[in-house]
Amino acid sequence: MQNDTVTFVIDQKEVRARRGQTILEAAEQAGVYIPRLCHLKGLTPHGSCRVCTVRVNGRYQAACTYPVADDLVVENDTEELRTLRRDLLEMLLVEGNHFCMFCEKSGHCELQALAYRHSIAAPKYPHLWPRREVDASHPDVLLDRNRCVLCGRCVRVSRDVDGKNVFGFVGRGPHRHLGVNSRRGLGGSDLSADDQAVTVCPVGCLLRKRTAFQVPVGQRRFDRQPIGAEVGAGAGSPQPSESPMQ
Amino acid sequence: MMETVQEREQRQLNRKPRIATASLAGCFGCHMSVLDLDERILELAELVEFDRSPIDDLKDFTGPVDIGLIEGGCCNEENVRVLREFRKHCRILVSLGDCATMGGVPALRNTLSLQECFREAYCDGPTVYNPTGLIPNDPEIPLLLDRVYPCHEVVRVDYHLPGCPPSAESIWQTLTALLNNRPLDLPYELIKYD
Amino acid sequence: MDENGATKAAVQAICREHGNDRTRMLDILRDVQRRFGFVSDEAMDEVAEVTGCARIDVESVVSFYAFLSDRPQGRIVIRLCNDVVDELKGMPEVAAAFRRELGIAIGETTSDGFFTLAETPCIGMCDQAPAVLVNDVVVTDLDPDRVRRIVHRLRYNPDPSALVTEVGDGNNGHPLVRAMVRNNVRRAGEVIFSDRMAEAGLQQALRLTPERVIEQVKQSKLCGRGGAGFPTGRKWEFTRAAQGGPKYIICNADEGEPGTFKDRVLLTERPDLLFEGMTIAAYAIGASEGILYLRGEYAYLRRFLEHVLEERRRAGLLGQSILGVDGFDFDIRIQLGAGSYVCGEETALISSCEGQRGDPKNRPPFPAEKGFLGRPTCVNNVETLCKAARILEEGPDWFRQWGTESSAGTKLLSISGDCLRPGIYEVPFGVKLSDVLKLCGARDAGAVLVGGPSGRLVAPADFDERICFEELPTGGAIVVFDSSRDLLRIVSRYLAFFIDESCGHCTPCRVGNVLLKERIDRLRRGQGERSDLEYLERLARTIQATSRCGLGQTSPRLVECTLRDFRSLYEACLGRPDLELRPSFDIRAALRESEALVGRDSVYNWNEQSELPCRTTPSRL
Repeated sequence: MQNDTVTFVIDQKEVRARRGQTILEAAEQAGVYIPRLCHLKGLTPHGSCRVCTVRVNGRYQAACTYPVADDLVVENDTEELRTLRRDLLEMLLVEGNHFCMFCEKSGHCELQALAYRHSIAAPKYPHLWPRREVDASHPDVLLDRNRCVLCGRCVRVSRDVDGKNVFGFVGRGPHRHLGVNSRRGLGGSDLSADDQAVTVCPVGCLLRKRTAFQVPVGQRRFDRQPIGAEVGAGAGSPQPSESPMQ
Repeated sequence: MMETVQEREQRQLNRKPRIATASLAGCFGCHMSVLDLDERILELAELVEFDRSPIDDLKDFTGPVDIGLIEGGCCNEENVRVLREFRKHCRILVSLGDCATMGGVPALRNTLSLQECFREAYCDGPTVYNPTGLIPNDPEIPLLLDRVYPCHEVVRVDYHLPGCPPSAESIWQTLTALLNNRPLDLPYELIKYD
Repeated sequence: MDENGATKAAVQAICREHGNDRTRMLDILRDVQRRFGFVSDEAMDEVAEVTGCARIDVESVVSFYAFLSDRPQGRIVIRLCNDVVDELKGMPEVAAAFRRELGIAIGETTSDGFFTLAETPCIGMCDQAPAVLVNDVVVTDLDPDRVRRIVHRLRYNPDPSALVTEVGDGNNGHPLVRAMVRNNVRRAGEVIFSDRMAEAGLQQALRLTPERVIEQVKQSKLCGRGGAGFPTGRKWEFTRAAQGGPKYIICNADEGEPGTFKDRVLLTERPDLLFEGMTIAAYAIGASEGILYLRGEYAYLRRFLEHVLEERRRAGLLGQSILGVDGFDFDIRIQLGAGSYVCGEETALISSCEGQRGDPKNRPPFPAEKGFLGRPTCVNNVETLCKAARILEEGPDWFRQWGTESSAGTKLLSISGDCLRPGIYEVPFGVKLSDVLKLCGARDAGAVLVGGPSGRLVAPADFDERICFEELPTGGAIVVFDSSRDLLRIVSRYLAFFIDESCGHCTPCRVGNVLLKERIDRLRRGQGERSDLEYLERLARTIQATSRCGLGQTSPRLVECTLRDFRSLYEACLGRPDLELRPSFDIRAALRESEALVGRDSVYNWNEQSELPCRTTPSRL
């Protein structure tokens, strides 16, 4: 019988994990934070944002989809990988229309928090300013595609947790966007404000109406602590590499 | 009496660093945040001298300046002219706030065409009364650019300080670091996009 | 029955034909598209209802494939191949002629709903470019004069097959093909195009155990011919060893890499060899079902290939107890694609076979473990399977007499571009690129694209490198560019191709390629800065390192290799060395719209030289 436990190394630290776990899960259990955006505990991994890219025995892999195995050597918190992640986050920041200054998700937004954690002052890429549709047809939920990062959390949760299939992806390439299971927009779908799908959005794309700005600035989720600080005791903010403001 | 080269160098060494500021396509909120330094504004006045800036109401540069703080992005040709003037006069140029670093609220129009913006603002908007349908074209009104540009897309910018506005504390830390030739390394709590 | 009711009934009938099976979604939607000219909202609702899935799942599929549309298309859809080679061969004039004759722009439909004009990437006809698809009919070697005649004829007779007045050579003239396509086999090598005993490979394989068959393929050192070059024997071994079943063998005939058209010729001239190879693979891995995934652009070959399969069934080469071997039951179906390059990626191809969007899947698990419908699946290229059949027939040593240490056997090249003899060449691996150029009559080659846009643009200094996995790997595409060609324009065009064809799942590919093209185009306008070169290098590296599938992992390669081997082209694009003002910011262009709308010019004398503009009229303030 196969042994149920595997041992691998991440950032020079030897970690024991359960066979079948992903690198991301096993690392988290061992107190090592691997930055991620599309992944959410308990959901089928999506592997789309690529922020969790690590090196596994020298090869680039997404930690959220890669299963642990004996003798893996995983690099995570290295200068090179932080740089790659910064690039990916900057791509996401310029791809959509992210106006943090008036977004009600600001301070609770995982994309913003990851950008803070990676000391991004201004993206080096030009903003693409796409024209995207806002869907306000639902009485209790707002869908603002300007902020969508195509993480697929709502798609997966609606299908696998809420059992409704309200969301899906439409189009391809740069035109890929979040579609709704109704000809008449979100209002025509069977989404309810209590659906889990609404709450798992990492950004301000899916929002419950009439609940904005309830937490004062300074007390919001990421005001004091960087995202990922809850993983492991010692994981604080990373050392910035490039002079962050330049 | 003519100043000798040595005397001039000495005078330049002794002189206080000079700061210039401007608000382009912004709301002056970042300038308000500078005033939010409260009593430290006195300390700042000790450290530096303000050149062209709304703070001292100086309209033109008096000479070279050490640090230029730019609030707002470029939404019209006047903004571009002022920004180029700043680049020319300032040794270090800092994009101050979200509008300067990414366009900010004015850049909301960047997903629309200029024509759509004009139609909404001057022709079709619900509160507009404009029976002639003319779009204002007085030469004193600067022409709008096709979209709002962050400052670093128009000129070279040395540092970016995001925030809407950046907090007084982050402005203070930025200025003191730059004035003392220290690397700019703001702590986690001070990098904010809101 | 009202119109809505009639639509419903027709859609239901189509679904029924495909067993109301959601995994046959692509077939259902292709048929709906063909029947109605588009997949309407009503049709989507109905397909969802009947196949038991959500409407969004149907919409998701429709929106993914270029040959499916949610808006009404003309009765005749003319797709202009916008590949780089077609452009070199005169497509711009041909496109202009179509626009003029039809009075519409690309992407539009004539007001009578008769014609739609569209663009499509490489349709595998580079050796007879410029070419277009008129519905399923391929029309090659176009010029503006022929365009006029074609449009006239279509107005008179709306059956596109009537455009074929002269058929091509070989099976292109088969009654079930009847295409004007030519094979252009310029060099018939020993492995693929030599005379042979039909089914000798299969007969030999069935005399061996499956393990021995795999052993033979491993000994031959055959590697995948689609481009990636994975050892075929090992792939078969993994699939055979995988738990669970049934198992599947899928032939990847989604030949989409621009400049590649050798599989089209194999499908036309050697279908039996291919199906023989698939049958051998099925025997080796223990598969009971095979799928030939045929790209939508090659739909004109479908009836012919179905016929070949039928003949094989009749001859006992498919079906129950093949060639009398008890328990060896195997059959092949054809899955037609619908216009998507990324479906050539094996996991995307599997998604597509399952009736889904052609999004690649996360790996691991690999298809050998969990592929089609979650079952062990082996995906091989057309040429690979043909070669496997020959290896079983002649033995691994025979195959290894050609090639190099790590690249055994021969390779089919599809050569096009600036050369006198474009077409198919079977050459031994290890042949020098310079010799290939001589063979095809390349004129004044300034750069050669080896392996298509996901390969490498080779500079003259490297023409002595050899075609093989160790030096110049290729899935078969060789495109010659003479020294007058604008290489950065070519790089930009290929980036546009990758942008259009990305599935959009992962960030680096979806966003990164757009950013690469933005910066290349900026440089091409002469607005570059030196720092842009480093920016491009880093961006290319990030996209390659972090993309999920082969598309994103290879799409920046041309940028990367031209930055290295054609650097002077980039240097020549750098704007003023002045770093204070961004050369990419063009104030005149930024003001143009405003000046037009307001009806006056700027009051400043903006010009390149002066940093600070002066007012041309004094201010009144």
